[in-house]
Amino acid sequence: MRREIPLFITSVVGLIFIIRFFIPHEPFFSLENIAASWIQVIKAFAIWLGILNLLKVSLDKIYKKEKGWGYSGIIVFSFLAISIAGFFFPVWEGRPTGDSYIEHARKFQYPGTSFDWFYTYVYAPLSSTMFATLAFFIASASFRAFRARSFQATLLLLAGFVVMLGSVPVGNVIFGWLPQGWQVSEIADWVRNVPQVAGQRAIQIGIALGIISTSLRLILGIERSHLGGEA
Amino acid sequence: MNFWEKFALLDRRIIFAFIFLALAVPLFYTIRQPIPVSPEGQAYYEAIENLPAGSKVLLSFDFDPPSSPELQPMAEATFKQLFTKNCKLVVIGLWPQGPQQAEKALASALKDPRFADKKLEYGVDYANLGFMAGEDVVIQKMNSDLPGTFPSDYKGNATVSLPIMQGVKNYKNFDFVINFSSGFPGTREWVQFCVDRSGSKMIAGNTAVQAPENYPYFRSGQLLGLLAGMKGAAEYETVSNQPGKGISFMGAQSVSHLIVMLFVILGNIAFFVSRRKK
Amino acid sequence: MPEMVSITIAGILTLGIMSFVYKDNPIYKFCESVFIGVSAGYWFVSIFYQSLLPQLTDKIGLTGELTDSALAYYRQTGSLASGQWFNLIAAGLGVMMLMRLLPKIGWISRWPLAFVIGSIAGLRLIGELQTNIMKQIKESILPLWAPQYADGSLNLAASLGQSLTNVVLVVGILTGVIYFFFSKEHKGVFGGAAKVGIWFLMVTFGAAFGLTVMSRMSLLIGRIDFLLRDWLHWLG
Repeated sequence: MRREIPLFITSVVGLIFIIRFFIPHEPFFSLENIAASWIQVIKAFAIWLGILNLLKVSLDKIYKKEKGWGYSGIIVFSFLAISIAGFFFPVWEGRPTGDSYIEHARKFQYPGTSFDWFYTYVYAPLSSTMFATLAFFIASASFRAFRARSFQATLLLLAGFVVMLGSVPVGNVIFGWLPQGWQVSEIADWVRNVPQVAGQRAIQIGIALGIISTSLRLILGIERSHLGGEA
Repeated sequence: MNFWEKFALLDRRIIFAFIFLALAVPLFYTIRQPIPVSPEGQAYYEAIENLPAGSKVLLSFDFDPPSSPELQPMAEATFKQLFTKNCKLVVIGLWPQGPQQAEKALASALKDPRFADKKLEYGVDYANLGFMAGEDVVIQKMNSDLPGTFPSDYKGNATVSLPIMQGVKNYKNFDFVINFSSGFPGTREWVQFCVDRSGSKMIAGNTAVQAPENYPYFRSGQLLGLLAGMKGAAEYETVSNQPGKGISFMGAQSVSHLIVMLFVILGNIAFFVSRRKK
Repeated sequence: MPEMVSITIAGILTLGIMSFVYKDNPIYKFCESVFIGVSAGYWFVSIFYQSLLPQLTDKIGLTGELTDSALAYYRQTGSLASGQWFNLIAAGLGVMMLMRLLPKIGWISRWPLAFVIGSIAGLRLIGELQTNIMKQIKESILPLWAPQYADGSLNLAASLGQSLTNVVLVVGILTGVIYFFFSKEHKGVFGGAAKVGIWFLMVTFGAAFGLTVMSRMSLLIGRIDFLLRDWLHWLG
């Protein structure tokens, strides 16, 4: 029963969402609304699950004093710092008269709060810089690995160059001698809107067919990998 | 080893230094270049411009701080164009950082002296309903019950208590939808569960990484306009005559593209010379 | 805290992450750990206040005042008032999800997971079919000769341009889909078509590469602008 009931739930919920598309009336209208409300809550708890798992792994590492446990300590400390700022802000930063505790707590991310400070001066710079350093690596990887070894690779390279040049104003400045209608930016627009769309559509059709077949397998109970191992 | 063989083994930190200089140095200069506007960028601007005055618009902010150099300028310029047309704006977020980014864009737009006389009021002219977990299920549920999907706003007020939300049940009570996204859930999900299910009209601003997968939707008319990356932001600022960070960063963007292309060309020369030698 | 101190902290954290491009070092590892912890805490608090609290505990009248028309709406649709206790079942399912942390009773989490998987399967089956297959195929059925008229007479240049665009689109989509059909060996005419499909895919990936470079450079421009303008005040 540990596997049969989840399979049954998957099928029923999947069918509710499908039937609701074709029959947008009661009872499927309300059933879909209820199911969607529940799933919103479950997905919120799923995110909490990931966070709690991270804390569990970090605390485990600290307890067993494994290699790099100091960094796990920093993870836990940072988590606690921002969480305390978010949950206890009403206590620290005063509550306007007339606001209940929960009304005041709901404004936890207002500009000027401790939580907003963490977001603006710690979280945002760190996350932005993490992704920004990819610019260095994409340049270095392009230099080392991007080789026009074959006709197809050359085609890829040329398309990339046209789009890169056409995406910045300097492309039209360098190739300003080209006639109107054949400017680099106009060629790049055509590449993005015609051959690129053709390739993207082919990819999307392929992906969509794959998703449809997997969804059917899930609803029919043929695909069971999401239930994990035995027991 | 000849020069090209040694060049092929160039320390990557030298490449990093070139990239850093290519981006940093142009920021010290005001480089004015004509910004060509793409068909999808022009269409984005015209879609908003053609809205009747006072239209109710739903905006979804589905991005986080790493994408803000590309999407934040688009969002600020969009808010300004919408306020110019006296539109009523309702902001939501499918990423928790989205509504906070929206607050920053709103604050920047409201500082514009053009809107001081309008005395725009929260809850009447604009509202921020905050973030809700659930991803595509949230988008689908708003087809039937938007207030139930976002029971309270960013500040904790009941959604139905806001004057701007009076009579709003689903997408059909909005004249237009605008989505700013950089990943999942994003424009693709909005087209699937909002545009195609409710017939809503929608435009989107994407990061340049995500934009290629949404060009087919623009081509098929499911999206009425599309801005792609910082270039899209610069195009929009140009066509709407609202110069901002999008235009000012184009100089650095241009130089960086040329440097990357130069390194790729030199890398290929080194490769072919070495291969010929062997 | 004075703003300059806050910006200095942000600047130091930025440089700490950027130090990785020189080589991996303890300062980078420290900043990375802070990022992971703060990220987790940010999501933890946001989910509680913005998702769970509204969905599970918001009652009419708890926050703010409601007009008679708003109350009438909720009584009529029952979307919030009568749905309230149903949502507590969702809270129970959510707690079952958290049981995954305990190996002995982790199997209980399969129930709420089944809800989520079922919803994804149901939504995606229809969504992908409608949006990414039917609509895309419909918009790909294009005339190969598309005459354009101006002032009542045929504009040959525009007609040839539009027709070429349509031909490229139709050929590109057909050959691209043919390439992905692996149940038949890519030989002969079929193989030739698949090869043309690869060319279109190469153009697609090349365009994606160009746009990816643009995107990454934009992100780095943003950080360098922060360092030079907001922190060091070297830019006007």
